[in-house]
Amino acid sequence: MLRILGKIQRLGIVTEIVPASSEAALVDIGEQLKARVGEQFAGSLAIRQVDAGSCNGCELEIHALNNPYYSIERYGVHFVASPRHADLLLVTGPVSRHMEEALRRTYEATPEPRLVIAVGECGANGGEFGVSYAACGAVANVIPVDAVIRGCPPTPLALMRGILEVIAKRSSDP
Amino acid sequence: MTAPDPLSGFLDRLSAAGLHVEAQQAPGLAPARLVIVPAADWGRLGREAKVAAWRWAAGWGEDGDDTIGVNACFEKAGTYFVARTLVPRATPVLASHSAAYPGADRPERHIRDLLGVTFSDHPDPRRWTRHHAWQQGEYPLRRDFPAAGQPPAQTPADYQYNFLLAQGSGVYEIPVGPVHAGIIEPGHFRFQAVGETVLKLEERLAYTHKGIEKIAEGRDAEGLARLAGRVSGDSTVAHAWAACMAMEKAACVDVPPRALWLRALMCERERVANHVGDVGAILNDIAFAFGFHQFARLREEWQRVSHEAFGHRLMMDCIVPGGVATDLESRCMAPMLEQADALRQQIGKLMLIINDLPSVADRLRDTGVLSPEYASALGCLGYVGRASGMDFDVRRDAPYPPYDGLTVKVPLNHFGDVNARVRIRIEEISASFDLIRALLAEPPGGPIRADWKEASAGSEGLGLVEGWRGEILSCVRFGAGGKIARFFPRDPSWTTWPAIELLIHGNIVPDFPVCNKSVNGSYSGQDL
Ligand code: SF4
Repeated sequence: MLRILGKIQRLGIVTEIVPASSEAALVDIGEQLKARVGEQFAGSLAIRQVDAGSCNGCELEIHALNNPYYSIERYGVHFVASPRHADLLLVTGPVSRHMEEALRRTYEATPEPRLVIAVGECGANGGEFGVSYAACGAVANVIPVDAVIRGCPPTPLALMRGILEVIAKRSSDP
Repeated sequence: MTAPDPLSGFLDRLSAAGLHVEAQQAPGLAPARLVIVPAADWGRLGREAKVAAWRWAAGWGEDGDDTIGVNACFEKAGTYFVARTLVPRATPVLASHSAAYPGADRPERHIRDLLGVTFSDHPDPRRWTRHHAWQQGEYPLRRDFPAAGQPPAQTPADYQYNFLLAQGSGVYEIPVGPVHAGIIEPGHFRFQAVGETVLKLEERLAYTHKGIEKIAEGRDAEGLARLAGRVSGDSTVAHAWAACMAMEKAACVDVPPRALWLRALMCERERVANHVGDVGAILNDIAFAFGFHQFARLREEWQRVSHEAFGHRLMMDCIVPGGVATDLESRCMAPMLEQADALRQQIGKLMLIINDLPSVADRLRDTGVLSPEYASALGCLGYVGRASGMDFDVRRDAPYPPYDGLTVKVPLNHFGDVNARVRIRIEEISASFDLIRALLAEPPGGPIRADWKEASAGSEGLGLVEGWRGEILSCVRFGAGGKIARFFPRDPSWTTWPAIELLIHGNIVPDFPVCNKSVNGSYSGQDL
């Protein structure tokens, strides 16, 4: 136990003031996210991630949101295990036909008002896989989508920006 | 003087047993050799190969004009051969290899679902890859099946799949998935349990079936490389390499040494990234948050350097037919080496802490044991196989450049529990650091990409690459105009998914996540 505490103390905090990168437009994305989540979701935005047929690349970057560098939970954004607890669905695709019904049911199980973000090129437009006997392509071909986050896969920062944009858009809608 | 070739002895033995096998020239398949087998002898070939201790590595089919070709790839001590037979398209019936090789069960059902070949004595009549996106009697990999298919307006959820049932008082069933509780790929698990103890687990996969083999058809070489890099996103480097290797052999394109060097650097980086992330996730599954956050931090740092060096955090689309897309700037080399050394130190220190905790040992030891017998019966690859006595690594046993000039340390363990799989991964990370160090010490100069040559119609190639999950086998055939006629990528997950059904037996239900993560099969890679 002492060694664990020692390690934690020596390492300090690696969590970044997002972002460490040079993208000036993103300098305070985290704080904005926190403010929006505070205003609109009483400080807590619950996300249910649904892999509707992805190659798993998008999931790796969604996972990264929880690592100590991005630590998205500090802004009140957290991932939940059930659509019934979710405000927002983060869906990766292409939607395989074998996942089509499961995605619909997940959507229906999410309480309203609900937001849906289609993640990745595949979620946005079918990506390399497109529409075929096996895939429905874009998430929007199966359930209503509020926003897309492009990229193959989108970086963790692009994901954070995309989540911020969709909740900002929601507040500006009547 | 080369070592005695196990294949010629085996072929003699088959002939002596009355099988009419014939070895043929197929340069694109090298190092594997092609052996043509009459359909009537297919079942016996499987039994004889089993007796002679060959590993059944992969099976795939290909539609022809009047016939359907069926292939099975075998390996023993680094020697490969591809057995091929033809069955009439009108009555495509063949004996199964599943009785001799349980690992052939799902691949044969996949061939049955997608090509309509009936394996007459196959023990399991149930569908595997097909749910309800296409009908029984329709075969997506037949040439006359359009890639668009004729799917129903809405594809229903899978139904009428007869899971095996356990009987008895107190037995209850837990259905899990396809949408799982975490951020993971979709699949269905059907547990039968008594109290906390798992009596039986059955997997139902193919939820992420995206028709990869079909939509590969008609692509050019670059298009296939992009698709191969998305068979399983966590193995994008290894799958793209294997597919490019297959295409390059078919098209007789020589890849420049610097490109091979860069491919190996990327592939080792991919191995480290995944093992580091997974060790953290395994610790997370036993609620050891400290370990999870430490390894997640290290993975992030590692991915950032990949981005800096190659322009993409996962190095997607960096491997292209004939070479690689971007060169490594020399300014990136020293930091890359420093990072590898620093990470080795950090992991060493973390493991000292982790190894010291009885509560970690308690959760990992004797949990999810895969016996060497089962691992061998299924032909388990990668760290899952190596934790259960399967001493095999393509980089060492059938080395492809640049590994033919490098020493690859291959760790081995026989305990087969979650703990052994974690140990193997930690040792593999360290072996990758050695390789990265050796590679960075001798960077070859020259071009990073050869000019692409259109492959002749009908030419075929086989790619074999040790990805982070184990041997990836990629088969390509070109049609007219340099367009792909057939693509089959065999992810190592085909060999480890069935192992989870066995190793979970007798464990408690709450240990399933850690058992599953220690194996970490790719859903997308097996569903195709
Ligand atoms: S967008 Fe890219 S990373 Fe995401 S699922 Fe599609 S192919 Fe994979």
